[in-house]
Amino acid sequence: MDLTDLSLAQAARMLRDGEIGSLELTRACLQRIHRFDEKQHAFLALRPEAALDEARQADRRLTTARGEGQPAGALLGVPLAVKDVVCVTGLPCTCGSRILEGFTPPYDATGVARLRAAGAIVVGKTNTDEFAMGSSTENSAYGPTHNPWDATRVPGGSSGGSAAAVAARMVPAALGTDTGGSVRQPASFCGVTGIKPSYGRVSRYGLVAYGSSLDCLGALTRTVEDAALVLGVMAGHDPLDSTTLEQPVPDYLQSLTGDPDLHGVRVGVPREYFIAGIQPEVEQAVRQAVQVLAAMGAEVREVSLPHTDYALPVYYLIAPAEASANLARYDGMRFGPRQAAPDLWQTYAATRGELFGAEVKRRIMLGTYALSAGYYEAYYAQAQRVRTLIRQDFDRAFSQVDLIACPVAPTTAFRLGEHTSDPLAMYLEDVFTLPANLAGIPGLALPCGFDSQRLPIGMQLNGPPLSEALLLRAGWGYQQSTRWHLEAPVL
Amino acid sequence: MALTREEVEHIAHLAHLNLTADEAAQYREQLEAVLEYAARLQAVDTSSIPPTTSVLAPHSVTRADEPRPSLAPEEVLRQAPDRARGMFRVPPVFE
Repeated sequence: MDLTDLSLAQAARMLRDGEIGSLELTRACLQRIHRFDEKQHAFLALRPEAALDEARQADRRLTTARGEGQPAGALLGVPLAVKDVVCVTGLPCTCGSRILEGFTPPYDATGVARLRAAGAIVVGKTNTDEFAMGSSTENSAYGPTHNPWDATRVPGGSSGGSAAAVAARMVPAALGTDTGGSVRQPASFCGVTGIKPSYGRVSRYGLVAYGSSLDCLGALTRTVEDAALVLGVMAGHDPLDSTTLEQPVPDYLQSLTGDPDLHGVRVGVPREYFIAGIQPEVEQAVRQAVQVLAAMGAEVREVSLPHTDYALPVYYLIAPAEASANLARYDGMRFGPRQAAPDLWQTYAATRGELFGAEVKRRIMLGTYALSAGYYEAYYAQAQRVRTLIRQDFDRAFSQVDLIACPVAPTTAFRLGEHTSDPLAMYLEDVFTLPANLAGIPGLALPCGFDSQRLPIGMQLNGPPLSEALLLRAGWGYQQSTRWHLEAPVL
Repeated sequence: MALTREEVEHIAHLAHLNLTADEAAQYREQLEAVLEYAARLQAVDTSSIPPTTSVLAPHSVTRADEPRPSLAPEEVLRQAPDRARGMFRVPPVFE
């Protein structure tokens, strides 16, 4: 048995039952990273010695828990990875940017702290587009990640390192962040499962801010069960994030039991999502996946989200506007390197001009413009009002159906360099994922097939706010009936 | 949506970003393209539509103002590119 083939839930179960040890599992993951990451470049930082130490401690605790008949932590001894825009104590957090080179946060993000409290072992930090701005991981200042299914192609982004690491069986799960699709789109491109929770369900404390009204901490895993496990540990109110919701967190794993039956569940297929420009194989695979849901008892009907066309321009005004404010803190004064210049103002401009990458500067410029005197009303305020219309589209749709099924992205993984000179073409990759962030609703990406190049295709399920339990149940049911999520790339 | 070179320089100034001449020229073109794409929003009638600033219902987040543990100053200052006497040292604001 190859330990790196185990899902997170399988590994956690076998660790508890004493069938495997955390040290051998963690070592197997590190060996696989060591063997393949030179080619994949999924990781920006590793902590092999510390991870192996924690694995030894986990093994001792597992033995004690078994001996005393006590329950062990839900993730005790399980290795995982964290996207490099999320703080882990003592590990560098670069956000894929030179402006944070050498920054080592002295605290854990709440999501990370909760996973560690449940016994998880962080093995390293994964590559990302700079400050999570991108759809291909090519905007990392430290070089792109390669897609495990085809090294000449991008893994998607911005959580491309996490998606590639999970697809390549380097870790059973990795954290990602999703501001406009950055968990779901790389999950789709790499053939893994990705959950973006409802806004406010998971704390953003320790997640380096990009677009604060949109940012969500999520997870990339190989199965829906694993996504439910990670989400269940991370979710819930956090006094350190005033936007987290007080509502209790359901037992997501509990909703993944019994007969995977979808009778009584109404699934809407938005007609605006099957547009010109969508790769025909993507449309075909997603429509077939919807048929699987129907065969499981779901009632499928068409719905309309009439303002879909506006989601992209709304997002690319609101997210950069928020980013231009959030990234004002990177000025070379309190952390990261500083470019020498004669006075304070020139130091700010020199540090930021020199150390931010092209896409980050582009979005700061765009956001600054949209917020500037004379343009605020026409761009930023108008985008916020159209955002309301997009939310209302979903409210109306969810009065008719329980879930929405659609593609994650219009295409499969594109080639490295294919869109780098045309920002707008790159932005269009996010067209089906942005609306969920604008509306604050959850999204689940599920592998649902391959194109003729054997590149993975993803289906997305969306539900109303806080519908994660239903979303996960439907996704779990789909994975009980299909085998796409079990396919592994040959590295 | 035509952007002038001066406008691009003005935005860069507002954002505290030094740009090279090449960058300024490239951003002028690329921002123009994105803004032109975004212009389709102007066609939407939003006269009776309130803006969304957050998807959450507004709620109060105040708490008692009580002292509690925080990071030690040395820990915070360890990340700074320049520091002196327990403070961040910055270039002169005024001469």
